[in-house]
Amino acid sequence: MHKRTALHDEHVKLGGRMVPFGGFEMPVQYSSILKEHDAVRHRAGLFDLSHMGQFWLSGEMVAGWADTLTTNAVGTMKPMQARYNLFCNDAGGTHDDTIFYRLESRWLLVVNASNADKMWEHLIANRPASGVELENQHGKSSLIAIQGPCSVAMLQPHVDVDLAAIKYYFCIEGRVDGVPATIARTGYTGEDGFELFLSNDAAPTIWRALLESHRNEGLEPCGLGARDVLRLEAGMPLYGHELTETITPVQAGLTWAVKTAKPEFVGKEALERQIHGDDYSRIAGVVMDGRVPAREGYVVWHDGRPVGSIRSGSIAPSLHNKNVATALLEKAAATEGTRLDVEIRGTKHDATVVPLPFYKRAK
Amino acid sequence: MAQPDGLLYSKEHEWVKLDGEDATIGVTDYAQESLGDIVYVELPKVGTEIEQFFNVGVIESVKAVSDLFTPMSGKVVEINETLDGDPAAVNREPYGAGWLFKLKLSDLDEAKSLLNAADYEKHTQG
Repeated sequence: MHKRTALHDEHVKLGGRMVPFGGFEMPVQYSSILKEHDAVRHRAGLFDLSHMGQFWLSGEMVAGWADTLTTNAVGTMKPMQARYNLFCNDAGGTHDDTIFYRLESRWLLVVNASNADKMWEHLIANRPASGVELENQHGKSSLIAIQGPCSVAMLQPHVDVDLAAIKYYFCIEGRVDGVPATIARTGYTGEDGFELFLSNDAAPTIWRALLESHRNEGLEPCGLGARDVLRLEAGMPLYGHELTETITPVQAGLTWAVKTAKPEFVGKEALERQIHGDDYSRIAGVVMDGRVPAREGYVVWHDGRPVGSIRSGSIAPSLHNKNVATALLEKAAATEGTRLDVEIRGTKHDATVVPLPFYKRAK
Repeated sequence: MAQPDGLLYSKEHEWVKLDGEDATIGVTDYAQESLGDIVYVELPKVGTEIEQFFNVGVIESVKAVSDLFTPMSGKVVEINETLDGDPAAVNREPYGAGWLFKLKLSDLDEAKSLLNAADYEKHTQG
């Protein structure tokens, strides 16, 4: 039996096609993935992300302790700052990719839905004897995202704070239509936007208020299908695809989030070795010459031999409908401009290695 | 969209329009709706002989690759080449501009194993 978010009935009323994802029933699409994608790139989209794991961390030891479990720096975060971070295993493979939010009275850690149970056990197993209290809010708190160039204009009339004053990857404690919420300028689409952390009780009211007020301005409810295309175009990794227990952050191109200057953290030695050796297979951007989409698992060839495989693939509406993909490739095949063959149903199709991200919004 | 009368339907959600020994084949409105935004269609080659209910190509939506089956046997005499540049025609007009391929049928009796519009409607609701 799959769990339901507080917004389940809203999704059904809106015609959302519900699919199991990360232990929840979630909308994969409402009207059409391409239409929803277009709304986010040009106007704004509304997402229910309440399936994601939310953990509350409090106590004076949180930052120091979290710094021993994660690759990026927690202790240097400013009040109300958000920071992308990864938890690794001893071999450097990725347990999960997450975001830490440093709030007024506690920390909020957002983890992938599919990893929430694993991550909760990981935190509990590594909790120090004192100085860190953990509270599992997975399923108990909601998360609504509004993403797209019109998100400031659409959200501003509903909140009691100046949204323009919130910097990217910062947040503020405010109210949305009178309801207390953490309002964060974060997202997973490659567009400007906000994520609203609020109670399950309030979520349906806020969801309806935003949609009813702004649907005629182009705000669309968006499902996981559009979200996946948006994040792939924006070059953002998806756990299970570009990151796994055997794919390290370094391989995924996230060395910027691996702070080897920290005295110690789980996986540090393995990751340092990998960085210095520089001979690892790595995630690269791939653009297909033709119209056949590349899909996860397809074998990639170079110079007559297999050099890796596709990890994610989709048509990219923001790149003139070209077929784009990420692939885990041997170093020699992963340099920009390398010509590849992607094997699709027994036939080889030409492709080229390109830099990530595929899409970058105009600032 | 109602299922047009006068066509025959397979349980795998293809339609057939018969014209003597010739047949035009496509996928139903139900199929295109379930698939979502169609981004690529791989059709059998003109000249090949294909067999009823066998896998003869693929239809790819943004999210998934689905097999395409032929509802009848025959020789492929024409494919809808406009779908290469405009696969979304299958979404817009599954019974019109979004047709897939044409066959010179090898066994007209096979039509008996297909459904009429009313029975297909029941099949999709079952």
